[in-house]
Amino acid sequence: MSGTFAVLVARDLRLAARRRVDVFLPIAFFTVAVSLFPLGVGPEPQTLRQIAPGVVWVAALLAAMLSVTQLYAADHADGSLEQMLLVPGARLSIVIAKAVSHWLLTGLPLVVAAPVFGLLFDMSAPAIGSLVAGLVLGTPVLSLLGGLGAALTLGLRSGAVLLILIIVPLCIPAIIFGAGAVAAVESGLSARGHYSVLGALLIFTAVLAPMATGAALRIATE
Amino acid sequence: MTGDQAPHANPPGDAVLTVREVECRRGDRVLFAPTSFAVQAGSIVWIRGANGQGKTTLLRTLAGLSAPAAGELVWASAPGTPPRPLYLAHANALKEDLTVAESLRFLLDLAGDPVGRGDVDGALERFGMASRKDAFVRTLSQGQRRRVALARLAAQRELQPWLLDEPFDALDTAGVELLAGVIARHARRGGAVVLTSHLPVPIDEPVPAIVALHEPALA
Amino acid sequence: MSTNLRLFRFASPAAFYPLAGRLVPWFAAVAAILAAIALYLGMLRAPTDATQGDAYRIIFIHVPAAWMSMMLYVVMAFWAAIGWAFNARLGSIVARAIAPTGAMFTFLALWTGALWGKPTWGAWWVWDARLTSELILLFLYAGYIALVSAIDDTRRADRAGALLAIVGSVNVPIIYFSVIWWNTLHQGASVSVTAAPKMASVMLLAMLLMTLAFWAYAFAVIFVRTRAIALERDNHAAWAADAVARAPMRQGASS
Repeated sequence: MSGTFAVLVARDLRLAARRRVDVFLPIAFFTVAVSLFPLGVGPEPQTLRQIAPGVVWVAALLAAMLSVTQLYAADHADGSLEQMLLVPGARLSIVIAKAVSHWLLTGLPLVVAAPVFGLLFDMSAPAIGSLVAGLVLGTPVLSLLGGLGAALTLGLRSGAVLLILIIVPLCIPAIIFGAGAVAAVESGLSARGHYSVLGALLIFTAVLAPMATGAALRIATE
Repeated sequence: MTGDQAPHANPPGDAVLTVREVECRRGDRVLFAPTSFAVQAGSIVWIRGANGQGKTTLLRTLAGLSAPAAGELVWASAPGTPPRPLYLAHANALKEDLTVAESLRFLLDLAGDPVGRGDVDGALERFGMASRKDAFVRTLSQGQRRRVALARLAAQRELQPWLLDEPFDALDTAGVELLAGVIARHARRGGAVVLTSHLPVPIDEPVPAIVALHEPALA
Repeated sequence: MSTNLRLFRFASPAAFYPLAGRLVPWFAAVAAILAAIALYLGMLRAPTDATQGDAYRIIFIHVPAAWMSMMLYVVMAFWAAIGWAFNARLGSIVARAIAPTGAMFTFLALWTGALWGKPTWGAWWVWDARLTSELILLFLYAGYIALVSAIDDTRRADRAGALLAIVGSVNVPIIYFSVIWWNTLHQGASVSVTAAPKMASVMLLAMLLMTLAFWAYAFAVIFVRTRAIALERDNHAAWAADAVARAPMRQGASS
């Protein structure tokens, strides 16, 4: 039901526009988290260049997971989610719309902000390029898996921390290949294999995660 | 809003929904004894029971949000269309950061009702909220939010069965009268209404048929 | 066909309870005997390794524990899925009973891995593919246990847990191969801590016997836990009251 999808994404974007400050929270967290590492590890450029891809990916993962609880929580609390679930056959559209909204509001800003952090860590231009390319492929995976976690933990007190615990292990392949792509490019090799794997992960997740998330929503609201 | 055209609903007296020996569960607890009733077109069914007896759970089950623990529900729908009851929960489903008009339009768009601006305005007018249509929902009182949520009833064009959970809650006397009028009109046109209310339902025509939920027999 | 129907009798917690109760002592005995034989073979009869000396003998616990941790996760996901698909409460109960044992074996594998690493390679922990995968498996178990504990409604908890366990099972191969790839990239040619020495047949026998011993132990512990959970969930049912009344009074038990 593409109608439901469009209506939902439009509404979520409009709601975000009304709370502009909230939209910047994941980016702010990302900035703070990434900046902590030089403070903790030391400013030596060689070390920073080496840890940069890992740091950016881990911070992106945590930033995405922290903002994902809001994906369903607010709608669940005020009864909107119930009304959405009442539309016949719309469950998959709802799940995909939520993942797309989350990516537009968290993933896409991270992708745009990544080059800046690449510069902070003195990464070379090709390395920054491969960081961004990897994030373009990987952040949607994080949004999709985050949606699954949010649906499983809908309405629970433990919320975000529990979500991080159950979803982060599933995100590990994306981190490995995303950061690995940058490492490959930095050592002069091609990252094409990494992008292929990330692409395959994205397709695999895009096909299976919405079904699982739809089932999780049903389990949580029955 | 279209006039009183003949809707493609079942003729008055036909059972729109038949509920047979239905039981609902919350966690591991069976909430009420197996209950059966039929909802005729053009009638109002008033579900009554003690607090916690399962009125809301039953309504959610009728709406299709959960499956009954036992028994069956049989909807009679116009040929070719799936049963699509309109369910208004106790929660209003309004987003605080949207305006009244935006919230209402979202709910109507979601339900697949192609709705024009005029219809939204007309529905809000019907429930006395037209003057606040550009106000943000968070500035409204509980009673006003309830009116906006109920405005959906005035905007629906199809003659769907209505499932209303405590619709009279938070309304003032004028609001109660408005709602009673809207419900009665829906029933007169041949639609069916199932509602829960712990307050008396002030509708005389048609007289609501009462379905009482009882404690389940001890295992 | 008739065997199937007879076995289904035990699909209800009430019927399973006494059956499990009778089997537990047998499993415990088998576990103890097999473990004793396996340890004897592993510690005393297997030859000393040329490169690693006697420190490698921890492998007779480490490898079976790692195998158990992986197998139990899949078994747990399987029973949780059965419980969800067929509304079979016993399936969900068994899945919940397996989780702590699976997590325990994972922890045992990690700990024995560390004990192996220290004398052999000088470090308490190395990020090799197998140990890292075991660590991630521990996170998966922890996530499952945390999720089912956080949800009060047993039905929702069972189903959410089943979904998570299934998703985890599907992801385990992906995670495993990602970690292997990651490890070869970063560690290069260094030998894995958990690379087993060439297998003499007595070593293989010892490991297999230990695995069987662990299985028997797992059955015993899981059956005990299943009985406890079943009793707890059905505490208002007649069979539960009977079972508690029939339980032998232990000496010195508090009233």
